[in-house]
Amino acid sequence: MNSSSSNQILEADFELGFTYTRSPGIIIGKFLAALKQKKLYGIRGSDGSVLFPPTEYDPRTAASLNDFVPVSAEGEIVSWTWIETPREHHQVKGPFAFALIKLDGADTPFLHRLFCDDASSISAGMKVKVDWNDDRCGAITDIRGFVPLTATVGNF
Amino acid sequence: MREVGIIAYAQSPQIRQERALNEVEMLMPMLKVALVESGLTMDDIDFVCSGSCDYIAGGAFSFVGAVDALGATPCKMESHVEMDAAWALYESWLKIQSGEIKTALIYGFGKSSVGSLPDIMSQQLDPYYMAPLWPDSISLAALQANTLLQTGRYNEEDFAAVVVDSRRKAKANDNAQLFGDVSIEQLLAEPYIASPLRRHDCCPITDGVSVMIIAEKSVATKQCERPAFIRGIDHRMEVHQLGLRQLAESTSTTLALEKVKEQSGIGSGGVDIAEIYAPFSPQTLILKDALGLTDTVNINPSGGALAGHIMMTAGLDRMGMAYRAISEGQANRALCHATSGPCLQHNMVSVLEGI
Repeated sequence: MNSSSSNQILEADFELGFTYTRSPGIIIGKFLAALKQKKLYGIRGSDGSVLFPPTEYDPRTAASLNDFVPVSAEGEIVSWTWIETPREHHQVKGPFAFALIKLDGADTPFLHRLFCDDASSISAGMKVKVDWNDDRCGAITDIRGFVPLTATVGNF
Repeated sequence: MREVGIIAYAQSPQIRQERALNEVEMLMPMLKVALVESGLTMDDIDFVCSGSCDYIAGGAFSFVGAVDALGATPCKMESHVEMDAAWALYESWLKIQSGEIKTALIYGFGKSSVGSLPDIMSQQLDPYYMAPLWPDSISLAALQANTLLQTGRYNEEDFAAVVVDSRRKAKANDNAQLFGDVSIEQLLAEPYIASPLRRHDCCPITDGVSVMIIAEKSVATKQCERPAFIRGIDHRMEVHQLGLRQLAESTSTTLALEKVKEQSGIGSGGVDIAEIYAPFSPQTLILKDALGLTDTVNINPSGGALAGHIMMTAGLDRMGMAYRAISEGQANRALCHATSGPCLQHNMVSVLEGI
C-alpha cells in the first residue's frame, strides 16, 4: 500500500467460499475414497441386510455400523423419473432420468442418474451398470450415472 | 395436558410474485389483522415464534430481519425454527404446556419467487450422497409418484382428479392462486415436467405470509367466541435417505396419527374435514391412505397446497384454514397435517375441535 497518498481507495481481493474443510468421517469417508478406485461398498445393518450407500448408524436400531460389504457395479432400476428438459443445476446436457437403483449385493436402492435412449425404454427391474467418470475425486459424482447393461459406455 | 386454542389467523393473498413489498412489509399488515381478531395487543403476547428458510431469501440469519415487523417495543421472548411455521406452533404449544406462557403469536413467511425454489430445496439433502446431484424437489416427488404408480393403488388419472378437486374447492378461497373448473382429460393432455408429474401436479410458486395467535384456555375462551382447541398434536420423522424408506407409504404420518388418537380420543373417522399439506398431487393420495381418511371426510376444503403454497407456512396454513372452518361453524372437528423434508420425510398431525 502506498502511504504517501492519503485519499487512495483501498482494495483487497475477496473470494466467496468456505474457508474450512470438513471430513466426511470414517464411514462415509471410506465409501467416497473407494469410489476413486472404482470400488463400491455397502454396510451391513443390524438385521443383516446390506445398506447402500453406507450409513453410520442403523436407520431402525440406531446401532453403530462398521461391517463394509463389497457390492456390484451392476444392478436394477427400482423407480425413475424421466426429465425431458434438464434444469441447469442437473449438470447434464440432454434428457435423462433420476432413478432409484438397487445394486447387486445391496438390499436398498439409492439415488443417481440414469442415461438411456428414452423414457419408454425404462422399466422396473431393468438391468443397469455404473458409468464411471474419468476424473474421480472421492465424491458421489465419481459415478457419472448408470446406463443400460447392454449399452456401450460413453454413448450417453 | 393444558388446553390450547387457536384464536386468530391471518393469511396474505397467495400470489405468484410480490414485486413491491419485502417480507417485513408483507408481514406487518397481517400481524395487525391477527391482533385485531384476537382482541389482544403485543403487550398481551408472551412469546413469538416464527418459521422460515434463510436459503429462500439467500442470506444467513435473514429471518432475524423479519423481527422488525413486530416493532422495537415491547421486548418479546422470541424464537425461530428453520422449518414450516407449523413447527413454530408446536414449539409455542410446548411452551404453553410447560406453564411458562399463556399466549403466543406465530408467523411464517416465504417469498419463493425471488429464486429457483425446486433447486434451492435440493440443498436440504444430505451433502454427500444426494445434494451433489442437485435433484430438485419436483424430481424427487416424481420418483415418489412413480413408486406409488408401481404399487397399482393409483394411476395418473387419480393424480389429475386431486388437482380437479383442489381447483374446484379453491374457487371459494379468496386467497387461492389457482382455482377454477378443469377436467381430468384437459390435465392429462399436458406434457410431463418430470414423469409422471405434470406442472399442475406441483404446488405453485407463491409469495406470502401467515400469522396465528394461540392461547391457553382461560385466555382463549375470553378472547374468542369459538376457538379451535388443539386436542392432540404429534410429529414423527423418517430416515433421510430415500432408498431406506417406503416412499409409497407415510409411516411417520400414521405413527403421529396414532399418538394424536391417544391424546384426543379422536381418530380420522371422527372429523368433519381434513386439511392436508401435500405439495404434490400424488402425496395427497399417500397421505389420505396413511391417515385412513374415507370419502365421508371433506379433504382440503381450502384447495390445499396445490391452490397456493407459501413455502414455510403451508403447514401452519392447514391449521389456519381448519380454524377458520371451525370458527365459522362449517366444521366442528378437523384433522390437520403438515410436512417437511423431501418426499414427506417428516410429518405432523393434529386434531382441532370447536366448543
